[in-house]
Formats: sequence, C-alpha cells, structure tokens
Amino acid sequence: MEISLGPVLFNWPAETWRDFHFRMADEADVDVVHLGEVVCAKRAPFFAPYLPGVAERLVAAGKRVVFSTLALVMNRQDRQLVAAVCAMAEEGAEVEVNDLSAMVHLKGKGFAVGPFVNVYNELTVDWLAGKGAGRICLPPELDGPRITLLAAAMRDAGVVPEVLVFGRMPLALSARCYHARAHDLPKDGCQFVCGQDADGLDLFTMDGEPFLAVNGIQTLSHACLNLAAEVPALKAAGIGMIRLSPQAACDMVQVAAIFRALADAHIAPEEAHARLEALGLPFPFANGYWHGQPGAARISPAAGGRSGS
Amino acid sequence: MATGTWQAVEGLELVCPAGTPSALREAVEAGAHSVYCGFRDETNARNFPGLNFSPAELKAAVAYAHERGARVLVAINTFAQAGCTDLWKRAVDEAVAAGADALILADPGVLAHAARTYPEMRLHLSVQASASSPEAIRLHVEEFGVKRVVLPRVLTLPEIAALNAEIDCETEVFVYGGLCVMAEGRCLLSSYATGKSPNMNGVCSPPSHVAYREEADGSLVSRLGAFTINRFGPEEKAGYPTLCKGRFEVAGRPLYVFEEPTSLNAVSLLKALMKAGVTALKIEGRQRSRAYVRQVVSTFRAAVEALRKGQDPALDADLASMSEGARQTQGVYRKTWR
Repeated sequence: MEISLGPVLFNWPAETWRDFHFRMADEADVDVVHLGEVVCAKRAPFFAPYLPGVAERLVAAGKRVVFSTLALVMNRQDRQLVAAVCAMAEEGAEVEVNDLSAMVHLKGKGFAVGPFVNVYNELTVDWLAGKGAGRICLPPELDGPRITLLAAAMRDAGVVPEVLVFGRMPLALSARCYHARAHDLPKDGCQFVCGQDADGLDLFTMDGEPFLAVNGIQTLSHACLNLAAEVPALKAAGIGMIRLSPQAACDMVQVAAIFRALADAHIAPEEAHARLEALGLPFPFANGYWHGQPGAARISPAAGGRSGS
Repeated sequence: MATGTWQAVEGLELVCPAGTPSALREAVEAGAHSVYCGFRDETNARNFPGLNFSPAELKAAVAYAHERGARVLVAINTFAQAGCTDLWKRAVDEAVAAGADALILADPGVLAHAARTYPEMRLHLSVQASASSPEAIRLHVEEFGVKRVVLPRVLTLPEIAALNAEIDCETEVFVYGGLCVMAEGRCLLSSYATGKSPNMNGVCSPPSHVAYREEADGSLVSRLGAFTINRFGPEEKAGYPTLCKGRFEVAGRPLYVFEEPTSLNAVSLLKALMKAGVTALKIEGRQRSRAYVRQVVSTFRAAVEALRKGQDPALDADLASMSEGARQTQGVYRKTWR
C-alpha cells in the first residue's frame, strides 16, 4: 500500500509552501506528492514560481509528482488554470482531475481522479477507467462496505483505489467565498484573508462547539479525519494508496512516518493512534464516515469493530 | 414513447416541480410547459416521505401531461450507489417505459448506461452534475449526448451569457425557490452531521435528525444531529435547521456564514436571462404545497407570456409570501452575492 501527500488546500505563504515541500522531499516517507491549487485560482500565481523547483526536488528524492487541478471551475481564470496544468500532460506529467471538465484536455492521456469527483459506483469507475483514469481517490463520505465494493471494481478495471485517511475533510465548495464573507469583504476584494488561517478558519455553533472550518470557497470539517485504526481493513479491501492531507498544525513528516509504519504492519493501529494523539493537534480526530455514521463521529476500535458496520 | 417528438417552446420554457401526482396536475393546469418528478426512492434528490411517483403513477401522469401539451422530465439525479446500481438502471427503464420525455441525470455511470441502452432517449444534465463551465458541458455532450444542462447556481448573468455563446447545448436555470448555496452535488455537510447526504441518499438535513430544544430563557435551539444549527429568541420565528442556512460563530461573531434563510426569486431577471440565451426556467419546490405550485407557476407563466409578446413582465409581489423565511434574493445571478 502506497502513501500519497494530498495537495495543500490552504493559502500558505509561497515560501512556506515551498519549504514545506522541500522538507517533505528530504524527510517524508511518501510515494506520491500532489502539487497545485485546488480551491481558488487567485492563489495560484503566488506559489507558481516555486513549482518547478519543488517538483524537481521531490522527483530527485524519489517521489512521484502529480499536478492537481481546481475542484470548482467557474470563470475564465479558473478554466485557464486548469488548461495550463493539463497542458503539462503533453510533457509526460501526471495530472489529477478534480472536476470532470479537465478531462477534455486529457484525451488519450492517463490521469488520476481526486476526491472531489463523484465516484460512487461501479458504472462510474468503468467509465473513468475507459477514459484513462489510472487511480481514483474516493469521496470522503463513503462507508467501509461501499469502499470495499468500489475497490474491487477498480482493481478489475486496472485502476488503483485510493482513500483519504488523514486531514480535515473537504465537505463543500461554493461560488461564494466564506472567508471573505466572514471578514465582511467581497470576493473580488478579498485581500486574500484566507492566508490568515493555515488550517482553515474555525466555525462554531451558537452553543460554542467547534463544527466546521472555512477555507476560501471551501468548507472543511473541524475534525481531522484519522483512519489509522481502519488501515488493516483498507489493506484487506485492496486499497492501493492512502492519502494524507497536509495540515499546518502538525508535523506531516511524523504523520507520514506513523502511517508508513502502520501500512507496513511494523506498528499496531493502537500504537499509531497513540502517536498521532501525541502530535497534539488542536482539533479532534474523526472516522465516522467509514463506519456509516455522521462524518464527525469518532468510533473507537473496540466499539466499532473492523470494517463494514 | 415520446422520443423524437421534442419541440422547442416558443420563448422561454417553464419547467415546474411535481412532487406528487396532484402537484403535477396543478402545475400543468397553471401553465407549466414541462414538469419534473422522481420515483419514490433514493434515485432522486428529493427522497422524502410522502413525495414522488410509482411507475404506474408516472405512466398516468405522462398521459395526463401529454394530453395537455406538457412534457414530463424524470429526475434520476442522485449518484448510484456501489453494489446497487440495478436500482438506478431500473429507474431509467421504468421512466423510459412510462413515456417520459427526458431523463434528468447526474451520475456519469448512469449517464453512460442510459446513453448506451436508450440512444434515442433525450437526456438532460442535472444541476447535481455541477457542470459549470463550457468544458464540463462539452464533455457531457460528447460523452452522453445530453441536450440540455441545468446550470449550477454558481454563475452570474454575464457568465451565463458567455457560457451560452460557447456551447452547443440548451441551458436551464433556476429562477425560484430554495437556494443551495454550495455547489450542488458537491456538498457533504449533511452527511458530516447526520450520515445522510444528497449524493448518497437523496436527502439534505433530513427530518429524522432534527431536534428542537427549548432553553430556560425561552429561546429555542434547532439541532441537526449533534450540532446546533440556530438559536431563536422568544419573539423570533424558528426555522428548519437546513445546515447551510444556520447561524454560526466565526471570526468572533455570530453570522449566517453561508446564507441567510432566503430563497431565490429571479422574476425580475427573466428578460436578462432570455437575452443571455437561456432556454428554460426552472422552479424549485417538489416539497412545496399545491397552492405554492399554482401561485408560482401561474405567475411565471404570465411573465413568460408577456416576454414572448415583447412586453415587460409585471412583477408579482405575492411571490414573496411563498419564499422560505419570507425573504428573497436574486442569488448569485448578481455578482455581489459572492
């Protein structure tokens, strides 16, 4: 089972973004790294100058680089960005599709499918495989039994099944920028306030309970997905790759090391959990979706059992 | 079968919600050119108790509508679930057998199946497919032969005009009713709180997970799953805890972060929509009453007729009372909404 690092979803300062990836290249035990702007095209120009250097360093360190495209494509700037990233496939680069529209630029090429594309059934798996999809990262809301069925269909179709296992879960996208709205700014004059929140802007209920997180036009879970306890079940289901979504609040090198040890069965899930807890993330873990529960729920291994509850 | 008999409506086509057989008749009588409905299961995105059609009811409804020159579009617009794609395939079969004029689909796998199995059947792309760019639309036209796309509510009027200029496919836009502030078909908020979502179950913020709690100070708290969605003072009218219409604390203050409890009313934008090249106007409301259907459909039909004759449609203030929370917005059609 391989490990991938998802694209950074947040608006980190360009140098922070660069240095994070340099360190991941040098120190993180991951197989694939996704690079690219998935949330808001306006952010892309900031880290674009560092993209080639970062990609080079990752490849030199033995990582495979995949270029991710935008999840919600609405205006000319969005469309141009997607086209530009897809054009790199001409030079042999691997591209991740996060909105079906990118496929028009990738005819005759293989590509990866990200968790923002609605792959819920075997018919869609077959269609995507026929169009050139070599790997599909499934939507986070799927439960264990469905993931297992889809993984089987993917293997039959020669597609690598991938599942998100760590990080705040992407839940929604909108034309509206909630970060700007929270600061009483229009989207067109947003002043890039999303840059103030490296892991997203926390949103609480009127009871004062943390609930969600805002990241530009994206809404994420407050809780951090953690499927460490489910890794053995993921392996048994034939999942070929597990994805870690970068968060600023913890050391992703350590997160990768823990999941690697788990994937290679060098440590038990309980040990992995303890080590992940020890990282002291400012948000709780959750694994409800896998267990067919609300995504915010945290099902303990003893209570929830293995897969397919 | 109605295939091959699709004729364009002169002027804007009015596409109206039919939550039940009687609502369908109401809509047709009030002037709908087309009505849309779904089966009584999770194959459509309004999978609520008391709604929708059996195959037999659909067949009768199609006969009724056709007699009166109206068309029936069947929404099979959720994402087929792993291990039970047969349910969606059967829905496609039943809709075709009942004589539906078009199927409204979102799932690429179901689209591929329908296009392959019934190549003559007219396919419309649901708003749930989130096809918000010319490339997305082109992909669905090339792959599945869709003839019309329901545009996600993420595009402004100028963007819609630009889009129509670039595509070979009809467009249909929402003009009235409940407003989804997130990109449709791409929202997991409901399942995060309840385990049930539009994509997986055809529901959002389901009643099964709603609770109200009265506080000692007389205020009322509305909850969805384990989360408080809003808090209402003793004088305030309590709303239904649709997650994205909730009030939350962010950046230190309470705010309707995602959207106020308003609904869409673009009746004043019809002329602009027509100029933007839109083919059809869609009214949301399969969960609404027959009175709503009658009032809204007849108002919009009158407006559309006026436009067809080159007149300006009279704006009907009575529509306001039909809106959720009695507040209205023109939504994203005006860029300032973003």
